[in-house]
Amino acid sequence: MADVKQLVSMLQELDDNLVGCMRCGMCQAVCPVYGATFQEGDVTRGKIALLENLAAELVENPQGVSEKLNRCLLCGSCQANCPSGVKIMDIFLRARAILGTYQGFNLVERAIFRGVLQQPGLFNSLLDMGSKFQGLFVKDASNVVGTSCAPLFNSIIGDRHFPKLAKAPLHQKYASLDIPAGKSGLRVAFFPGCVTDKMFPNVGEACLKVFQHHGVGVFMPKNLACCGIPALASGDRTAYDKLVTANLAKLAQGNFDYLVTPCGTCTATLKEIWPLMADSLPADQREAINRLHHKIMDVTAFVVDVLKVTLPEAQTGGKKITYHDSCHLKKSLGVAAQPRKLLQSNSNYEFVEMAEADRCCGSGGSFTLKHYDLSKTIGQRKRDNIVQSGAQVAAAGCPACMMQMMDMLSHNHDNIAVKHVMEVYAESL
Amino acid sequence: MTKVSAALVKEFQSIVSEQNVFVSEAERMAYSYDAAVLEPVMPAIVVAPTDKEQLCKVVKLAYENDMPITVRGSGTNLSGCTIPSAEGNAIVILTNRLNRILEINEQDLYAVVEPGVVTAQFAATVAQKNLLYPPDPGSQAVSTLGGNVACNAGGLRALKYGVTKDYLMGMEFVDYNGNLIKSGSRTVKCVTGYNMPGMMVSSEGTLGVFAELIVKLVPPPKASKAMMAIFDDINQASEAVAGIIAAHIVPCTLEFLDQVTLETVEAATKAGLPVDAAAILLIEVDGGHVQMVEDDAAEVVAICQKCGARSVDMAKDAAHKNKLWEARRAALPSLARAKPTTVLEDATVPRSQIPAMVAAVNDIAKKYALRIGTFGHAGDGNLHPTIMCDRRDKEEFKRVEAAVDEIFDVALKLQGTLSGEHGIGIAKAKWMEKETNKATVDFSKNLRRALDPKYLFNAGKKVL
Repeated sequence: MADVKQLVSMLQELDDNLVGCMRCGMCQAVCPVYGATFQEGDVTRGKIALLENLAAELVENPQGVSEKLNRCLLCGSCQANCPSGVKIMDIFLRARAILGTYQGFNLVERAIFRGVLQQPGLFNSLLDMGSKFQGLFVKDASNVVGTSCAPLFNSIIGDRHFPKLAKAPLHQKYASLDIPAGKSGLRVAFFPGCVTDKMFPNVGEACLKVFQHHGVGVFMPKNLACCGIPALASGDRTAYDKLVTANLAKLAQGNFDYLVTPCGTCTATLKEIWPLMADSLPADQREAINRLHHKIMDVTAFVVDVLKVTLPEAQTGGKKITYHDSCHLKKSLGVAAQPRKLLQSNSNYEFVEMAEADRCCGSGGSFTLKHYDLSKTIGQRKRDNIVQSGAQVAAAGCPACMMQMMDMLSHNHDNIAVKHVMEVYAESL
Repeated sequence: MTKVSAALVKEFQSIVSEQNVFVSEAERMAYSYDAAVLEPVMPAIVVAPTDKEQLCKVVKLAYENDMPITVRGSGTNLSGCTIPSAEGNAIVILTNRLNRILEINEQDLYAVVEPGVVTAQFAATVAQKNLLYPPDPGSQAVSTLGGNVACNAGGLRALKYGVTKDYLMGMEFVDYNGNLIKSGSRTVKCVTGYNMPGMMVSSEGTLGVFAELIVKLVPPPKASKAMMAIFDDINQASEAVAGIIAAHIVPCTLEFLDQVTLETVEAATKAGLPVDAAAILLIEVDGGHVQMVEDDAAEVVAICQKCGARSVDMAKDAAHKNKLWEARRAALPSLARAKPTTVLEDATVPRSQIPAMVAAVNDIAKKYALRIGTFGHAGDGNLHPTIMCDRRDKEEFKRVEAAVDEIFDVALKLQGTLSGEHGIGIAKAKWMEKETNKATVDFSKNLRRALDPKYLFNAGKKVL
């Protein structure tokens, strides 16, 4: 553990960003955590004040500040709504890294971020084993939602209802892909992301079906690593840097016009966070990140904006389907119209909006693991909005949101299925 | 460590439950500030009652134990009203869990609410019943109705619709003994007893603690029309404002942006604003009949043109109207982004004095080498001179403080007031006597002493 003086001097480097907060408190209107707790320490203004006062040595307990700082979904709603334009994600990610370095990481975090995630092959084998043996511990919770629960492990994972690990993850069916461009003349690098690969391989397959249908070539190198956000969000900058480096090396092996992912969080991480946090990487990697930046897209935006596919008009009379705006898709990347267009193009469905469609679902990746009760409170509001929309299917553009929505719907015994936008679009082809 | 004894912490916990009492350093620090550019003060304890009975007990216990009491809604005020009173045993009482709308009466046009209801959420809820709650302070997305009453919040629609005090019909508040005091009524007329709601409005937490509010609702307008007029001379804009009022048209909003603000907004938004203009007016008329609104709008255009407007742009549709208003919406965000610190003032003058006030602010900016953008509510003379600075620069901030003092001086000379809508709080308390006189301040002190004998309700604010 470093000494407090060193911590203070590291935090003072954030000062130019921190000082921009004028304490207007407008973040209270959109913060999902504050919406559940009404505690000022849980909202961005409070966290920034704490960091500033820790840097100014007005607050003495870094542990207390760190605990508050971690009660955040990194959803970016505050930044999108901030009148002063404070670079909040920049502050929070760097502050977590500073406090993480100061406090050190526990054994489990070290094992995951610096061990398993760094070796995609090992990560895959471990989970492949998990998928074979999960039948021993896991029982079905809801057939319509498609969830299970594992009462034996409640002490570790809480009473979660989750989709089972896929029997055959995407990487098992397609270790790597190298398909040349077809009639579209375009070729994409496909970055499925961990949750798609391990939990929802059908989402990955839906994307591949769409690429094939529109004549898009696919480059998918073997053993792509995690995008890095879980490590970075936990303050482990070292592990994060290694994951970025490993992915850059894999992606350098092929040629492609665009890099697409079916995961809002992966896309936002690759496109926005990689450049933001590139300062600790060597020059060649920084350049590679800059070159990649313009190629990175959400897969639904790619289909609508780049392929410019002609889509049928919205239909009425089908199964009602609603859409949840994943924070990283809408607030970080501005992707909101495209997934709706794709959903409306499937004539088997009638699209209905839910209230507060762009309010966070409460997943926040590792947030839900560390703060499950809070995550559930936030998720319940999303669930209520889904149910009130009258939809029979709830769609999203991010597998992490899908898991959270499934957990909430299953716990409430709602017979509402959860699908990825690309699954719904692929069904129509 | 908190300076409140463990036994007393337990007593508060027994009233509101353990989870609604906050004593850790990080939790208390989060209630040490508000939106005013002032030094933070840490409270010793933060307590969040969830109903009226708990609120009464918390106030009683705190008062008995000589704890300075600061009540806090969303902490958005710009005058330091919700910064705790002093290092020591100060308590912050949160109202944001008292956030129920108890009644919306569509026949009698009123609503009964708890003080922690968020203004915009309330306005949206009554709008669903096709009713209007007009006060719309800039912080309405997060501000609470209790805070609005405590600071008599204004907003963009004040010229036609009035401010918070015009909508307060009655209230219940907690006195220093923890008793519930009731005043006002659900009726339009009520002369029973003293008009205590009138006394509590803009009392800034110095006389008692609000427990329940009865507010008036009105039917919404059926039509509205927005326009933007561009002027090369600020006096012409002022004449246009006077001309509109003289023609007996009361626009619901009549907003003003000066040249520095236009430049700053344009730099930030590239919206195509006229940066060489001296001022623009954004005007919206509304009313119960479409034709009447059309006629009023046409007359406003004619008046602006007669007064020498370079151009007048009338919104053709909702999208166009939205675009015209973008300049006003972007004013504060753009000024706030230009420099790290934003000092937002609200000196207010009779509307005919706006050109004199803006000229004086520009002279002050020059004198103290500061960049000040002025925008605000031209219809009611409530201007927001906004100083773009960096509070880390000690030398510059001294100049900022001197400039603010001088802005107050000018406003008073022009027969205006220190604060139109932000409040007195800590920031302007020392100026009270200058606007009024010693007898007025003494009278206020006597009133305060009668209702707060130990001087614990938001000590150090409003009246020193």
